[in-house]
Amino acid sequence: VAGLAQKVFFNLTLLLYGLGTLHFLAYLVVRKEVITRVAFWVTASGFAAHTCFFAARMVQSGYFPVTNLFEAVSFFAWAITLFFLIYEGKYRLGVLGAFMMPVPLVLVLTAAALQQEIAPLMPALRSRWLFFHTSFAFLGYAAVAVTFAGGVMYLIQERQVKRKRSGVFFRLLPSLEILDRINYHSLTIGFALLTLGIITGAVWAEAAWGTYWSWDPKETWSLITWFIYAAILHARLTAGWRGRKAAWLAIVGFAGVLFTFFGVNLLLESIHAYN
Amino acid sequence: MQIAVVGLSHKTAPVEVREKVAFPESDQPAALQRLLACPGVTEGMIMSTCNRVEVYAVGEGGGDLGGNLAGFLAGSHAFPTDVLRRHLYLHTGEEAVRHLMKVSSSLDSMVLGEAQILGQVKEAFERAQGAGATGRILNELMKKTYSAAKTVRTDTGIARSAVSISSSAVELARKIFNDLAGKTVMIIGAGEMSELAVRHLIAQGATEIMVANRTFERAVELAKTFNGSAIAWEELAHHLVMSDIVISSTGAPHFILTVEMMRQVIHQRKHRPMFLIDIAVPRDIDPKINDLDNVYLYDIDDLESVVEANLKERQKEAEKAEAIIQREVGAFTAWINSLQVVPAIVALRRRGEEIRDAELAKALQRLGHLSSKDQEAVRALASGIVNKLLHGPVTALKREARGGETTLNVELVRELFGLAADSRSEETSDD
Repeated sequence: VAGLAQKVFFNLTLLLYGLGTLHFLAYLVVRKEVITRVAFWVTASGFAAHTCFFAARMVQSGYFPVTNLFEAVSFFAWAITLFFLIYEGKYRLGVLGAFMMPVPLVLVLTAAALQQEIAPLMPALRSRWLFFHTSFAFLGYAAVAVTFAGGVMYLIQERQVKRKRSGVFFRLLPSLEILDRINYHSLTIGFALLTLGIITGAVWAEAAWGTYWSWDPKETWSLITWFIYAAILHARLTAGWRGRKAAWLAIVGFAGVLFTFFGVNLLLESIHAYN
Repeated sequence: MQIAVVGLSHKTAPVEVREKVAFPESDQPAALQRLLACPGVTEGMIMSTCNRVEVYAVGEGGGDLGGNLAGFLAGSHAFPTDVLRRHLYLHTGEEAVRHLMKVSSSLDSMVLGEAQILGQVKEAFERAQGAGATGRILNELMKKTYSAAKTVRTDTGIARSAVSISSSAVELARKIFNDLAGKTVMIIGAGEMSELAVRHLIAQGATEIMVANRTFERAVELAKTFNGSAIAWEELAHHLVMSDIVISSTGAPHFILTVEMMRQVIHQRKHRPMFLIDIAVPRDIDPKINDLDNVYLYDIDDLESVVEANLKERQKEAEKAEAIIQREVGAFTAWINSLQVVPAIVALRRRGEEIRDAELAKALQRLGHLSSKDQEAVRALASGIVNKLLHGPVTALKREARGGETTLNVELVRELFGLAADSRSEETSDD
């Protein structure tokens, strides 16, 4: 029964994210506010279905289900959607969906193509640190995904104002001040979560393998990404690096996140590889 | 029943003509009474603004309503009719309805999408109502017109973007700073345009106003009108650090704000964004400043091209508005049709019943030997024939009432079935 429930909830998630994203993209063309409201609630329903999927899987497997690539990709999508709903709920930009929701949609689509069977848990993963480490890491990724989307939006809007061209996006996108505020806010939260993710990972590594840090590629790349974000925060606070420069750095930082997540798994040998 | 409008506007007549045929507000009650006294006119409304003078009327009978209205307009002002006619437009029926809706939705205005015209239409209608010049036709027409104008305003972007220099400056400011509340504005020099822009910014919430002028007394004077503070010319750079928005319009022959100066200002501001508006000619602010990060500089040409682009955008939106208006015109036409069709259907049915009853009475008198059962059969036969015969025309009339494609003439049905016109007036003469 739990297996069937998972399948139903997963497909429902896929369907609702797809519909929500489609509406958010349609808003760029049709520009009626009612569309964004529909899109928001469809996406929120998709998120509820996604949460149910994880609950069902947890019941069936008996552990926190972020242990293989399928589960990790799916959880990444879940976390991004969570942050999207929080920020859209707070700022009601309308356009944020078009910039953010394609990401979880593509992730869930990718997950759908992956091996979905529940395998017995490796001994190394049988720890309550699994929950803390993965939650912090993925929520951190998701928060900086907001920074990334906000950065892209900022750069587009900045260009419009600077080049004195009031195109479609000039009207659709919010003010530079709001976008920069969102970037700073999500960056701070994301940085804190990434830091916690690295710390809990180190503690767990000590408990499981007897060493806090072993320069595994995943660890190295996480650290590099962490340094990028630390640099943005530092430059912001001391040198007043806001706006355009901060937006560019946020994009570089998110590229680091994506490489840490996908690149390390697919290209490099790592004890973090999901298999 | 006819509807017509006769009028002239900024598009058809110069101000010398418009001012001569305008109806001052105080004259309108009397003018409305004279309008109602025109042959065939049952309802009327006069709209007189600085850009247009229009007379709307609903009429009965087959007279030349439009011609009468033109005569009324010329007669009201002792204006030579033949000269006036060159500037007049005349619309009747659906076209008159569409014209009123377009005017009210600001599709016919000098500045497309401006907000005042609907209020002026409302006032004109209320004055006509007050003078007892409106009836059910104009009332319904106005209801549909308001609905059209409201939908156009909310569902199209016709009134969305700024179409004046000062309002486009505000619009830009709001794309840089989300909220102007608590923002500081610096005015350098003085001028009508910069004062207008500041007033717009204050209306949007800008609180702190600083004024800098080479003559300190002028600065003090201007600062007083905005509840702001005057700045000594020498301290300009120092105060720029605190300014989020700068409007410059001095008569200086050289740049007042240079790249080097602004680089320092921005640094001291910790790179908080600045919006610079240069409305001076020759320019006060070095255009290269726009290349600095977090500084946005617009000169008068930039603002004008924003306005131009916005006007084009409004024109595009106006095309969408046409479709909305077409829908409301259709709804009104359907209502008018039903108004004429319902009495025709009633008259048609009554005529059928009269003939049936008369013929039955005659026949049954001659056929006295029939059993009551046979009499029933004869009655049923007569009713059946009448109902079947009338079914076609009644359905066609109903279809017409719903505003379908067929343009069946109600008058034709009346003529074919010999329906007297009096049965019609008794049906339609409520209120």
